[in-house]
Amino acid sequence: MTESSSNSTPSAATQGWSVQDKVSASLRSRKRKEKAFKNLGLASVLVSLALVAILFINIFSKGIPAFWQTSMELDIYFDPQIVNVPEKPVQQADESFYDFDNRLQEWETELGFVNFNALINNAIIPLLPDFERSQTRFLTQLITSGERHALRQMVMDDPSVIGQTKTLRLLTAANIDVWLKGNIDRDLPDEQQQLPALVRDWADQLYAEGAIQNRFSTALFMNPDSRSSLASAGLAGAFVGSFYMMLIVIFLAIPMGVAAAIYLEEFAPKNKITDVIEVNINNLAAVPSIIFGLLGAAVFINWFNLPMSAPVVGGLVLSLMTLPTVIIATRSTLRAIPPSIRSAALGLGASRTQTVFHHVLPLAIPGILTGSILGVAQALGETAPLLLIGMKSFVASVPQTPFDQSTALPVQIYLWQGNELRNFFEARTSAAIIVLLMLMLSLNALAIWLRRKLEVRW
Amino acid sequence: MTQAQANPATTVTARNVEVFYGDTQAIKGIDLDVHTNEVLSFIGPSGCGKSTFLRCLNRMNDTIAGCRVTGSIELDGKDIYHPSVDEVLLRARVGMVFQKPNPFPKSIYDNIAYGPKLHGLVERKPELDDIVESSLRRAGLWEEVKDRLHAPGTGLSGGQQQRLCIARTIAVSPEVILMDEPCSALDPIATGIIEELIHDLKEKFTIVIVTHNMQQAARVSDRTAFFHLGDLVEVSPTDELFTNPKNKRTEDYITGRYG
Amino acid sequence: MNNLIVIAALLAVMTLAYQLGMAKSGKQASRLAREKNHQAMHSRPHHHGALVAFWATVPAFAIFLLWSWFAPWMVNQMVIAQLPDHLAQLSGNELNAVLRRISNIANDFVSGGVLADWEIAAAQYYREMQEIAYAIMLALVSAAVALGLFLSYRKVNPALRARNAMEKVIKAVLIISSTIAILTTIGIVLSMVGETLRFFTYVSPTDFFFGTTWNPRFSTVGTGQQGEFGLLPLLSGTLLVASVALLVAIPLGLLSAIYLAEYAPKRLRNVAKPIIEILAGIPTIVYGFFALVTVGPFLAGLGDSVGLDIRATSALTAGVVMGIMIIPFISSLSDDILTQVPKSLRDGSLGLGATKSETIRKVVLPAALPGISGAVLLAASRAVGETMIVVLAAGNSPNLTANPFEAVSTMTVTIVNQLTGDNDFSSPQSLVAFALGLTLFVITLILNIVALLIVRKFREQYD
Repeated sequence: MTESSSNSTPSAATQGWSVQDKVSASLRSRKRKEKAFKNLGLASVLVSLALVAILFINIFSKGIPAFWQTSMELDIYFDPQIVNVPEKPVQQADESFYDFDNRLQEWETELGFVNFNALINNAIIPLLPDFERSQTRFLTQLITSGERHALRQMVMDDPSVIGQTKTLRLLTAANIDVWLKGNIDRDLPDEQQQLPALVRDWADQLYAEGAIQNRFSTALFMNPDSRSSLASAGLAGAFVGSFYMMLIVIFLAIPMGVAAAIYLEEFAPKNKITDVIEVNINNLAAVPSIIFGLLGAAVFINWFNLPMSAPVVGGLVLSLMTLPTVIIATRSTLRAIPPSIRSAALGLGASRTQTVFHHVLPLAIPGILTGSILGVAQALGETAPLLLIGMKSFVASVPQTPFDQSTALPVQIYLWQGNELRNFFEARTSAAIIVLLMLMLSLNALAIWLRRKLEVRW
Repeated sequence: MTQAQANPATTVTARNVEVFYGDTQAIKGIDLDVHTNEVLSFIGPSGCGKSTFLRCLNRMNDTIAGCRVTGSIELDGKDIYHPSVDEVLLRARVGMVFQKPNPFPKSIYDNIAYGPKLHGLVERKPELDDIVESSLRRAGLWEEVKDRLHAPGTGLSGGQQQRLCIARTIAVSPEVILMDEPCSALDPIATGIIEELIHDLKEKFTIVIVTHNMQQAARVSDRTAFFHLGDLVEVSPTDELFTNPKNKRTEDYITGRYG
Repeated sequence: MNNLIVIAALLAVMTLAYQLGMAKSGKQASRLAREKNHQAMHSRPHHHGALVAFWATVPAFAIFLLWSWFAPWMVNQMVIAQLPDHLAQLSGNELNAVLRRISNIANDFVSGGVLADWEIAAAQYYREMQEIAYAIMLALVSAAVALGLFLSYRKVNPALRARNAMEKVIKAVLIISSTIAILTTIGIVLSMVGETLRFFTYVSPTDFFFGTTWNPRFSTVGTGQQGEFGLLPLLSGTLLVASVALLVAIPLGLLSAIYLAEYAPKRLRNVAKPIIEILAGIPTIVYGFFALVTVGPFLAGLGDSVGLDIRATSALTAGVVMGIMIIPFISSLSDDILTQVPKSLRDGSLGLGATKSETIRKVVLPAALPGISGAVLLAASRAVGETMIVVLAAGNSPNLTANPFEAVSTMTVTIVNQLTGDNDFSSPQSLVAFALGLTLFVITLILNIVALLIVRKFREQYD
């Protein structure tokens, strides 16, 4: 065992001083490398942090101004000369619903012929001292077209406004907003400007006088998307669509995920099958989201004939996508609960099921909640699978039920970023992103808060 | 080689060493000399500060956040905690073997070559081969592994792994080797081999060994230091300490009243 | 809305049945208690209650669900049979539109236009059929409730193992839930394999897998002009973008993880780690937008200033932004893995006089390498399957190129393009999306499984 004493010693490392000298000689360059390595690491952290900062500053600086939009407060006189329609029909006692409906539609069609622009123009003209009759056709470029539909809707809902003057705040056209906020180069030659010189002058003049004001825009939140009246395009439809989908995710993915996790962690025998399930779930969590979109397109839409673009299909697809996340989070929470608690309950004569549902599950609730909320947040931000189930199509209304055509917040962002009126929609898209990020952030904050509040320590 | 007797040469001199972990004091003013080419063992109940003190000797405590050392520890007359002293150099001179065998996940050869390569002790491959062979021989492992130098070090048995770690330490030719309970994870046979090895290594190196096994201290060491609750209670030649302890606390401990 | 009433009624029945079952078994229990016969009652009253409630409602609910699935189809078929001939002949989508209009009329959601006589007739018929279907459903559900309640209530007796029965039910629910994950995978595979096989009836697998041109013309089936469906340009684009992403993310992520795990003071670590992890939570559409409006123009400008021709939307733009996105995947997984490398290895190296960076580079990283390569593979799988960033920022032109400064297209982009166009679902132009999806699924599956196995093995090694 111990031939060492009989062995000759090596030449280089015999004497302490020789080692010391050699080590000292290498020290300087080694220390330099040490420092360089450490600085490289620090630089990477700083770069990563800087990237987060750049991303957020970029989005916020672009998006925040879009929460304010230029609008005009006008005294609209519902001139009976212009709004010249008969009385709104009322259903007669002996009239069938279908007959009444036909009459109502005739009336609405007639209302559709009314020149509501003229009402708006009449309200604006007094504000423009140098106005000439020949310039009338330019007036429509000031106010976004959606507002005349809003006026028509007012009359349709309550015909008694005819003959009255109402003070209304109307959104200016998107191009006016762009011009006044300086989102287009003001020095561009005329032919590259979106607006004729005359309208630009009017806008400047009205803005200077305070007739056009930059106000916090509720349109962004209250209106559905619009293509004809860009300035009034809003997120309401997307909100409701996303809301339905999240409801479906919450009521499908979370209970199922928790149940699956309970089974796998607490009941399932450890064998090949559960091993396959385990690998399968881990893999499913890493499958690209677009694959779930393909699944949705093939199974829910093509086989089951569920409607395209409907939140119910989106919700199902997102539920399948969120399921593995919930399972994994729940399992790791269950695993962290000390076995002593199970043994204690089992020892008192509780059945396996009672042990799990009375003793283990209550302790796991904070972890399950946190994991589920994070899963929902992830689902909220998902875009790709929704495109494949038809949510890319433009929907100009707020969905009434989960079976109606709808869009979702991230898809709305996708649709807006592609709009031709870049100068307007870059900011509006950023604003929509801020809204989405804020929603996700609040979900995350909720998760962190719950974890702090409910945390159990052993 | 001089025997540690009347006026032995001293390698390490510790004076009034105190160690704090945050606000807790782990070591309370210890004075201790380590003599050249002796085996000095530290014994004492767990938590008495023996490992902490050992780790002061090559500044391994630096790697623990919130650990603070005061007093002076001199190696060959130079304070090792002086700002000008580099812990890299110090650790090359004061090697360490740990409680659990910790071979790197590399080949046996690379485990041994790691230190010499790091410190630039060799320029050419044959020299390195020499160091590897002689270190393994010294650690009594050469015959067992010479045919599989490029097999992973983690594939060896526990006792072999610990000898590999010892070989790895002596490959940089330190002056002092610190051993922190080197046999606590090993079976009695492997322990016996390591103890024999320690006995042989004494010829070349100064060895400080922490052990919670009093028989081991009695078997391997020239002198033994007894630690209790952060105090150095007594340090005497091993025979004396075990047969005729000066201090009541030492006596209680070695007779098994507490531990 | 009528369905909601049924569900509410079932819930009410459930409460009632629970109370009934509990009351009956409670009476039995107290009788047994009076007779000092405590052992005879197998289950507690609330177990009996739950079991009665289960039998009274769950079968009924299952019938309700099945009927809600089946009845609309039935009604539609009957309405179609009633329609004038020229309408009944219509094909899929048009017929659906007609049916939708009829159902809207029947339910008083009139969507404009004057109603034709046949529409009114059909709507009235539709409404009648709906009412009949609803009545049948009510009858079936009530029968199921009555039967379930009667039978299970009669069976309540001290010897009935109600708790065990309930536990079986619970366990069945748990098992069904855990098979959903498996069913999803099977669903993915089956649906994609099915559609892919249909695609291969138009285009041969060789042309698909080895074709070097991607040019699917938007033509209808049967005109002979089908276009070329070569996978290689898309695959190369995918790999190019993913490589750029990994080139950005691996150094940044790994070095950040090393710094945060080994060097950073605790306070910096506690702040920096969650901030970097924010990057993983940001929706990919946001990255896509960021790439399109900020990073792309920036890189193009940068290219201009050094004389390189970089397109604003290119593999580089998409790759860089995707790299930013996957930094946290690499950094947090690596961080996990680095902290799992035992301290004893670090001590061993430091004890020999190695500097910290030498210890990290020569001992810790080699020991962590398997785990880290697992992390990189997972990140690679994420990069290959990422969609929105490339849809917006990769330029969408299927070139077979290795030049990252050029615009490319990827498999994911093409899936989106082919399925969101106006193509008929059964045309090769649409079906190819499934062939691409299957290819993508197989690639990511391999990456994921290898990565998961490596990481698992690594964990076991140091557990």
